Amino acid sequence: MGEILEFIFAPILIFESWRFGMEVVISGLLAGVMYSLVALGFVLIYKASGMFNFAQGVLVLFAALNLAGFIGLGVPIPLAIILTIGIMILFAIVVEYLILRHLVNQEQIILFMATIGLAFFLSAFGETIWGSEVKKLDVGIPQGRFEPFGIQIQYLELTAGAVAAALVICLAIFFNKTKIGRALRAVADDHQAALSVGINLRTIWIIVWAVSGIVALVAGTMWGAKSGVQFSLSEIALKALPVLILGGFESIPGAIIGGLIIGLGEKLAEVGWGPYVGGAIEDWFAYILAMVFLVFRPQGLFGEKIIERV
Amino acid sequence: MRLKGLTLGLAAAVAATGITAPAVQAEETQFFPFFTYRTGPYAPNGIPSANGMVDYMNYVNLKWAGVGGVKLVWEECETGYNTKKGVECYERTKGKGTTVVFPYSTGITYKLIPNAARDKISILTVGYGRTDASDGRVFPWTFTTPTTYWSQASAFIKYIGAQEGGMDKLKGKKIALIYHNSAYGKEPIRTLNLLERKFGYKLTTLAVNHPGQEQKATWLQIRRDRPDWILLWGWGVMNQVSIKEATNIGFKMDRMIGVWWSGAEQDVVPTGDAAKGYKAGTFHAAGRDFPLFKDIKKVVYDAGKGLPGGEKFIGQVLWNRGVVNSIFATEAMATAQKQYGVKRVNGDQMRWGLENLHITAERWAELGLKGFMQPIKNTCADHEGNGPVLIQQWDGKKWNIVSDFITPMREVVRPLIEKSAAAYAKKQGITPRTCS
Repeated sequence: MGEILEFIFAPILIFESWRFGMEVVISGLLAGVMYSLVALGFVLIYKASGMFNFAQGVLVLFAALNLAGFIGLGVPIPLAIILTIGIMILFAIVVEYLILRHLVNQEQIILFMATIGLAFFLSAFGETIWGSEVKKLDVGIPQGRFEPFGIQIQYLELTAGAVAAALVICLAIFFNKTKIGRALRAVADDHQAALSVGINLRTIWIIVWAVSGIVALVAGTMWGAKSGVQFSLSEIALKALPVLILGGFESIPGAIIGGLIIGLGEKLAEVGWGPYVGGAIEDWFAYILAMVFLVFRPQGLFGEKIIERV
Repeated sequence: MRLKGLTLGLAAAVAATGITAPAVQAEETQFFPFFTYRTGPYAPNGIPSANGMVDYMNYVNLKWAGVGGVKLVWEECETGYNTKKGVECYERTKGKGTTVVFPYSTGITYKLIPNAARDKISILTVGYGRTDASDGRVFPWTFTTPTTYWSQASAFIKYIGAQEGGMDKLKGKKIALIYHNSAYGKEPIRTLNLLERKFGYKLTTLAVNHPGQEQKATWLQIRRDRPDWILLWGWGVMNQVSIKEATNIGFKMDRMIGVWWSGAEQDVVPTGDAAKGYKAGTFHAAGRDFPLFKDIKKVVYDAGKGLPGGEKFIGQVLWNRGVVNSIFATEAMATAQKQYGVKRVNGDQMRWGLENLHITAERWAELGLKGFMQPIKNTCADHEGNGPVLIQQWDGKKWNIVSDFITPMREVVRPLIEKSAAAYAKKQGITPRTCS
């Protein structure tokens, strides 16, 4: 009986050493921020077009590949960032011109399928242009760690937290205080109504894909600084999915809070329960956690409740 | 943007379609399928490995007009390091005159073992695969030459014992194994558990899921447990993240030893200075300072007949290992040609060639690789060869060998192999061969 209780409360028992417990909490929250950075890109596109962008993970890879590639060619970092942003904007224009405008009023599943094709194309295109080798990405983000009260915190993760906070503030200002932002919100609320008041849907799509590309660049830079830029970077989208399920597909605060909950939850589970069951449980535990939330709140923590009138 | 990158990408795309080299079966050709992964998350490791295999075969054709006058032809099949695709590649190429396959994945190897024996096709797994297949009595068609994961694990423990001042000093030491959560990653656990009981160290195993981009929880546990040594059994991005996380928590890098698949340039260069001092196993020397490699550059690349963008891989750890793979195949073919007095060898003959593979120190020197590897000698019962392991260390710029060849604990590993192989034979209803 004692062993069963010990197992059940294992994630809490790690706080027997409060420093270690706090390290798990802080690391979990900061890892969650990294997931949120990826999730934000999904949210932006879903908010504006109701489209689940399967290519968002590849977009992160593509942005990071371009940045690392330019830096590798000797381009100064600020210029490399500007060039990469330019490519992401150009990419948004091309996507709108070649794909989106032809799929207006199509079913969501059609749009989703289009983004699957886009994902495969983009990843192969990126590899073809820049090669498959692992690329070091150093944009000056401080490495190493510091230890207040004996609790270890890494500069990279702390930087990611600060960047995510700045990004959310920027997005909030963009959505709430600018004319384009208000237009985006109008489109998100009701496409037909937005069109009727003269909002150009195609322009909105270009803007939202471009912003999403820039968010992908930020996420790719943070993840790339951690592990180098390589193909597997695109798979971090899988880490963002439970965040979206939990936080809601349409909510920027949801992406952040969802990331924090998922990050913290999976780390506590892995460190607490992992050793009892052979480890490596954090990936599926994140989905279990998200599904539990889903049962009680299908639209996610911050998603809008779907009301369909018959 | 790089034109070289573009051409390399096009080469990869061509390779993915399986038309890398003319693979027409004629009287004077010997066909080899190469299961490669030039795309996908493991491509950074797959490309130099594949290039090494191809470059050596290309070199043999250009320099020696093939093996015994028989031109070598090959076809690449893209697996993406995916087991299902690997099996598809096998099925697609087995009817083209295949006598030996190189799965380049432990998962694919496990799947192919029963099929290949039925089709009379040998499986050569150089430094990976199913360890108990070293028992040639039960697995006549599988070859783990020159060494296995179990041998390597025992060599690591021997090395750690030596570093600690003797095997008796291992008692009470804490060793953590961080492994790729796959058939490959789990291979050394059985050996390490057995040695744990023998030497009294405490083993902690920590699994990391594919691809290993996020390992924070693993390293929190390392920080809590504070092991004396870490063994890393990773692949792809998992290696780079592990090395970086080890530095982040202040772990001493010279007390972290990677499996030979965690010890290539691709694993350490992207992490910058973090990897300095990190060690890894290997079974061959590092670098390009060997006559054979210089000749490959001259005969293949300087003549403009190499793979697009491939020259930069010469001398890299994984490229060198790809060359070793092709050397074993061509030496086995030559051995079979001599034994049977034929030019093109069939499946049975190739199997005999692999089983009687004997590369002496003199032969290594003739090949232009003096001191590169230990002599190799397979037998009917022992398909592993002799299994010595080296330890190499990254100095921030290149890998340096920092140990002598370490003989694995054969007295521990071989009985394990035989026991496991016997259990497999019983389960599959196989009657082991008698090797006199």
